[in-house]
Amino acid sequence: MPKQIEAINDFVVKFANVNGSGSASANELFARSILRMGVPVASRNIFPSNIQGLPTWYEVRISEAGHLGRRGGVDLMVAMNPQTWAADVAEIDPGGYLFYDSTKPMPPSKFRDDINVVGVPLTEICNREFKDPRQRQLFKNIIYVGALAALLNMDVAAIEKLIGEQFQGKDKLIAPNVKALHMGIDYAKTHLAPLGLRVKTANAVGDRIFIDGNSAAALGAVYGGATVCAWYPITPSTALAEAFMRYCRKYRLDKETGKAKYAIVQGEDELASIGIVIGAAWNGARAFTCTSGPGVSLMTEFLGLGYYAEIPAVVMDVQRGGPSTGMPTRTQQADLISAAYASHGDTKHPMLFPEDPHACFEMAALAFDMADRLQTPVFLMLDLDIGMNDWLTKPFQWDDKRKLDRGKVLSYEDLQAGKEFARYTDFEGDGIGHRTYPGTHPTRGSYFTRGSSHDRFAKYSENGTVYVENMQRLLRKFETAKKLIPAPVRRDAKAKTKYGVIYFGSTTPSMHEALEAFDAQGIHLNALRVRGFPFAQEVMNFVLEHEQVFLVEQNRDAQLRTLLITETNLDPARIVPVLHYDGTPITARFIIDKVGGLLKARNVAPLREVAR
Amino acid sequence: MTYIPKPKLHHPQLPANKLGFTHRDYEGSVSTLCAGCGHDSISAAIIQACFELDLPPHRIAKMSGIGCSSKTPDYFLGNSHGFNSVHGRMPSVLTGANLANKDLIYLGVSGDGDSASIGFGQFAHSIRRGVNMLYIVENNGVYGLTKGQFSATSDRGSKSKYGATNNDSAIDMIAMALQLGATFVARGFSGDKAQLVPLIKAAINHHGAAFIDCISPCVAFNNHVGSTKSFDYVREHNETVNHLDVMVEHEPIVADYAPGTVELVTQHDGSVLRLRKLAPHYDPSDRIAAMTYLQERAAAGEIVTGLLYVDPQGQDLHDYLNTVARPLNELDTADLVPGSAALDKLNDSLR
Repeated sequence: MPKQIEAINDFVVKFANVNGSGSASANELFARSILRMGVPVASRNIFPSNIQGLPTWYEVRISEAGHLGRRGGVDLMVAMNPQTWAADVAEIDPGGYLFYDSTKPMPPSKFRDDINVVGVPLTEICNREFKDPRQRQLFKNIIYVGALAALLNMDVAAIEKLIGEQFQGKDKLIAPNVKALHMGIDYAKTHLAPLGLRVKTANAVGDRIFIDGNSAAALGAVYGGATVCAWYPITPSTALAEAFMRYCRKYRLDKETGKAKYAIVQGEDELASIGIVIGAAWNGARAFTCTSGPGVSLMTEFLGLGYYAEIPAVVMDVQRGGPSTGMPTRTQQADLISAAYASHGDTKHPMLFPEDPHACFEMAALAFDMADRLQTPVFLMLDLDIGMNDWLTKPFQWDDKRKLDRGKVLSYEDLQAGKEFARYTDFEGDGIGHRTYPGTHPTRGSYFTRGSSHDRFAKYSENGTVYVENMQRLLRKFETAKKLIPAPVRRDAKAKTKYGVIYFGSTTPSMHEALEAFDAQGIHLNALRVRGFPFAQEVMNFVLEHEQVFLVEQNRDAQLRTLLITETNLDPARIVPVLHYDGTPITARFIIDKVGGLLKARNVAPLREVAR
Repeated sequence: MTYIPKPKLHHPQLPANKLGFTHRDYEGSVSTLCAGCGHDSISAAIIQACFELDLPPHRIAKMSGIGCSSKTPDYFLGNSHGFNSVHGRMPSVLTGANLANKDLIYLGVSGDGDSASIGFGQFAHSIRRGVNMLYIVENNGVYGLTKGQFSATSDRGSKSKYGATNNDSAIDMIAMALQLGATFVARGFSGDKAQLVPLIKAAINHHGAAFIDCISPCVAFNNHVGSTKSFDYVREHNETVNHLDVMVEHEPIVADYAPGTVELVTQHDGSVLRLRKLAPHYDPSDRIAAMTYLQERAAAGEIVTGLLYVDPQGQDLHDYLNTVARPLNELDTADLVPGSAALDKLNDSLR
């Protein structure tokens, strides 16, 4: 008899499925049911670039303590894919559980001695009840949810309620789904003993919501007043454009006429998409595109035009594994340099780093205000982990007094009153000129926008002095950007320390978990979450305050570190890279291991050994 | 090019249009193109068309890419906003601008390098989306600004100024526009302003994607013997299918042509196009026949000019997207932001 992992509200379940088998909604039902029991979950899809037939996994971390990063390791494997059986079985932690469809007998060699095997004849149960092949496939998934509910002691009423909500409007589907659920429950209760893993009702979810970052960013674009979206399909950003369509249909149809207060165009490529955005923004609409690394590469010429001709644009980059086609369905933070300095010549662009879907919403709306205020392209840097996974996140909030900040735009009244218009003149010392929208005034305020060098009146000029003045003004504008980027968030250790850690974006939940573990071990480490580029003075101060700072990021070349060293006078030796880039989301275990190891090498002794 | 700036003062008796603007109010900066460039004649035709249509200059947006042709928007309509964007990408920038404000007139100016080579895709997709615009290609069959390379509209077998022969097939922009679903398609010649001005006027009044391919000889690099885009060659091989007059208001039609040779077409905005037919059997409302005719004449070595196709009731991208009547760039917080109550409700659905 192998040992049994015993855990309440703190374990990892991984579902191994076949792409296109309808497992996604059943797995999500499982995760949401646990949330309804008041226990936080972190869910992650691991999927191939394919529509049907290839392996796909769904990992649910159940954590009453609220750790939302990926943990690593598997306590319970729901192995529904024969193709990946061997690897899936091998991945289970010793003492863990293997749940499988036992309809067809398997030789003992297919199992392991140090895990607990739980067989349910899913196919047999299902085929006895359902005749239609598609139904058999779909209900088999619900049957395993039922069996797991019984094995993990989950709240059946919560699951039934969720099924009712899910099929609202398609009511005749509710009864068969509930029936399938109970077929699983009944079998498990009759034939199987409960596992050492249990879900127990708690009160740790609060008012948080469960949503993916792509949807949250799309919603932020609606609240940020975006009216034009041009995009080209690319994983993992496609769902962002689709969510924008969905929310626009919900919130942006004129109540009286039913007409659209938005325009969404699927471009013929990324070049056209950013071109449409630049054109629309030039003409006074709030416009954005969403893309991923390869798309940013294609957009670079236009981004240089946006920088130099000073046109607001918002680019939402849902980063995936690079370079080239790279790992389209895996996560990385590897577009930082290509976004920050996109285009030839001296260019740089502000970036925002959301750490969860809540921040995706907030920063998406902010990006439009920033772009208009700064009259330049602004990047919102999501990644696949935030973008395509449902995260438990703070509820969205909106201040109804907030107005869209359209920046420095001269109106007909301004021009009529004789206000001076000189497009690229820095009247206020913040590096930002005044713009006019085409068609504003019959005789005043028109100008010719160009990507060629120009003077402060927008006239063509190749005069070196004029050119340098203009480029210097753009630098002043970049200084102004620092004030608009959300300030970094600092979290100090319990005691004074010479060591610090910098992180950003989707690393956040794993970093928080690692910091708690360091705290518990008596290892003191101050932490700073960077929320955008260019860097605020606080970031420089943080580095200078510490003898050594670890910079944790999810790419090979330490791109944020490169930006930090390039844009400041900081000593590179002070900033030690900690890099995770295998395409899976970074884990607390990885951070504890790497940063802990580096600290140990510097003779920072923990009070107790670092726990795994 | 000339270095002498145009004087600001002009003759007090200069004729004014209904808005009180003179011809001079539609002019722009001094052209920097070569003396005698066909493109300058097109600029002059645009100026005259806008003057005659009584258009408020500030309600026109001039969009272009990169190249000699794309420089020209600086040389006309100085009171209009202009945007000299990225090589081959004018169509997408224009599309975006149009989405932001459906009430302005969009004039896209491009060349054969800009539209038939680097921007061939964007040309195609802006036409097939039905963007409401006038898209003019100032077609000289050569890369002028980089000194004389062949473009994709150079005819196979034509010779460059320096003796090289073009071996690649030519792209006929008109044939492309017809195939892609443009609802107004015409070809003009920069050397025939009398034909070109009405074509531009009619295209501006057209609702939908209007395309004009305007042959515009390059005096520096493509006006020699052996070129099929030279003034002499085009004049000799021009097959004009019709001559056009545009009447914006419903004035009485003067019957100065024999019945049967004049065709009247009423466009979406009420403007009437009066076509004097030269090729007796040519019907500009038949897209398929237009494509066939074009191919026939091309095989005979002729360049067909005139209004080749018009769908007077064309639709545009805004019709397809069903956008609100007000320009999107006028919508503000109250129109666009759903507010906190909607957000609270959404939050509830995500728990």
